[in-house]
Amino acid sequence: MTAGLWTQWMLPGIWITVQLTLYSAALATVVAFAVGTARTRRARPVRFLAGLYTEIFRGTSALVLMFWLFFVMPSLFGWALVPMWAAVLALGLSYGAYGAEVVRGALNSVAPAQREAAVALNFTSWQRLRLVLLPQAVPEMIPPFSNLLVELLKGTALVSLLGVADVSFAAYLVRLATQESARIYSVTLVIYFVLAFALTRGMRTLERKTRAGAGVVATPGGAR
Amino acid sequence: MSTDPSQTFPATADELIRFDKVTKRFGSNTVLDNLCFSVRPGKHVTLIGPSGSGKTTILRMLMTLVQPDEGTITVHGDRLFPADRKQVRAIRRDIGMVFQQFNLFPNMSVLRNVTEAPVRVLGLSRDEARERGRELLDLVGLGDRCETRPAQLSGGQQQRVAIARALAMRPRILLLDEVTSALDPELVAGVLDVLRDVARTTDITMLCVTHEMNFARDISDEVLMFDSGTVIESGPPERILSAPEQERTREFLGAVL
Amino acid sequence: MNGWDWSAVVDFMPRFRDGLILTLRVLVLGSLLSFTLGLVWAIGFRAGTRLVRWPVHAVTEFIRNTPLLVQLFFFFFVLPEWGVQFSGLTTGTIAIGLHYSTYTAQVYRAGIDAVPAGQWEAATALSLPVGRTWTAVILPQAIRRIVPALGNYVISMLKDTPLLAGISVLEMLQQSRLESASTFQYTEPLTVVGIAFVLIACPASLLMRALERRLVH
Repeated sequence: MTAGLWTQWMLPGIWITVQLTLYSAALATVVAFAVGTARTRRARPVRFLAGLYTEIFRGTSALVLMFWLFFVMPSLFGWALVPMWAAVLALGLSYGAYGAEVVRGALNSVAPAQREAAVALNFTSWQRLRLVLLPQAVPEMIPPFSNLLVELLKGTALVSLLGVADVSFAAYLVRLATQESARIYSVTLVIYFVLAFALTRGMRTLERKTRAGAGVVATPGGAR
Repeated sequence: MSTDPSQTFPATADELIRFDKVTKRFGSNTVLDNLCFSVRPGKHVTLIGPSGSGKTTILRMLMTLVQPDEGTITVHGDRLFPADRKQVRAIRRDIGMVFQQFNLFPNMSVLRNVTEAPVRVLGLSRDEARERGRELLDLVGLGDRCETRPAQLSGGQQQRVAIARALAMRPRILLLDEVTSALDPELVAGVLDVLRDVARTTDITMLCVTHEMNFARDISDEVLMFDSGTVIESGPPERILSAPEQERTREFLGAVL
Repeated sequence: MNGWDWSAVVDFMPRFRDGLILTLRVLVLGSLLSFTLGLVWAIGFRAGTRLVRWPVHAVTEFIRNTPLLVQLFFFFFVLPEWGVQFSGLTTGTIAIGLHYSTYTAQVYRAGIDAVPAGQWEAATALSLPVGRTWTAVILPQAIRRIVPALGNYVISMLKDTPLLAGISVLEMLQQSRLESASTFQYTEPLTVVGIAFVLIACPASLLMRALERRLVH
């Protein structure tokens, strides 16, 4: 691979992949917290709708959804998405559904006594969630979120099928130009692996920080 | 409220808490069976009885953590059950609770445990809440541990913080649910001393579930003996604890003293 | 803006059926491959020598942390260069089976690790031979955790089969693209395919959860 192809396609491709990952992860996080907390609410309709959302989007194939958003939405609803945003939407919505299960599980794992103590102080249910339950649940969410983030990174490769110029698409173009398939695809796989490694490392740091913030680490001399 | 036709025992003018024919079942197990009793303002009432006799359930009902299956509960004449959520919140504001397992929030410092609810629920300013929080922590002997996390305190210290946290809400009613049962024996005295202090220096109505009979004798105006979901005997502590009339009470006291 | 056209749905049905059958074929063969290969990896994880353990870890971690789509292209373009001529279908099935074997390997490992150490000790105390210990004591207990977890990965694999469209395998998504290319109707074929995935995956995952509840608890 020549230096020209590298700077012309691969580097911008890496940047697109990173952006796609970050935007989709941001959307997925919002969806995960909204839907996941909705599933722990008392109101039945809220719980039902949130449950329906997770079931449907966990059953969806991300690639089919991406194609659907890109090709069908314009003719059915009259508004078109650029491929990049169709991809972010598809990845964010489907990984958000997986994330919602993580959020729900972590919230349910907080000791019920914590909720009771918050009721006894007359916090509203929103305050209970925000001040007591979430700060304790978030550290529990990070390891599974870390796995999902790697899956999401891998999922961004799908956008190349829509013609978005991410790393995978760049690899495809470079292969057409040079015919060095083995080398180009090996390099591409290594790039993804390095990105995944960096994400995993970052999440581990985040986990340590939030755990310290939640104060759940018992120190010597602590009670019980 | 004295005109309520569903009432089954006469209301006196100055009762603060009233349980009227309250029944609670967990599955096929009837924990409270047509329970009736009332508490007058400023009184310190201790609930005793074998475990599983429904004492803790009573406190949890007052804190709206458990709902009765039947009956009515009123606080100062206002219905706590059955009632809508808004009314419940208004009444709950007057009630504080200290739990067996402390239940401090591990994600907050000791001081924030004590100040968060006054700020968020009572609408105090941060400074005001901090000042009062420090006073209360001083009162329970932990004024120097404000910035510590609960996990770094001993059980007895945590329970004292929990008492300060409950008092910070300026409750008119304080519910104490076996507050020393989870503590190592040498830590019990410190917690009970703090509560004796509260009982002596405030006019807070206290409902207390405990197995510490000496403590019950010290602070109580009235002791209720529970068995099988009802009050089988009640009266001043001197009489109930020293000369009970019921055989069940004698058996129970013989076992715990 | 076009409306919904039922006749386009009807016209798509023959292609859809072919695509569905091919998808299920890929799924069955890919699953079997991933179950078997995963077992090989899992045994590798437990090997006595680091010379085996370490490379197995490295290879599976690498495959698991890189995109299936790029792996598909790798095999599709690189294997012929090495003189191996496979159809897109075979390449796709192998790639998806290989990719998911790195997940099933983790499932086997977790299932075996979840058997309490006391069970091994008890088997040793009874002087059971190693083979008997595995077949009579460890595996029957591990299998209760393994089966539902494998089922969940089969469902994930199903949702990844459309990636094979990238190497022109005629599974459901590719069939819908062909249909659209010939009729210029994008809405109906793609929507049918999308709904088909939800209709297969949702009941299947509910089933797996029910199975999990029955087997694990």
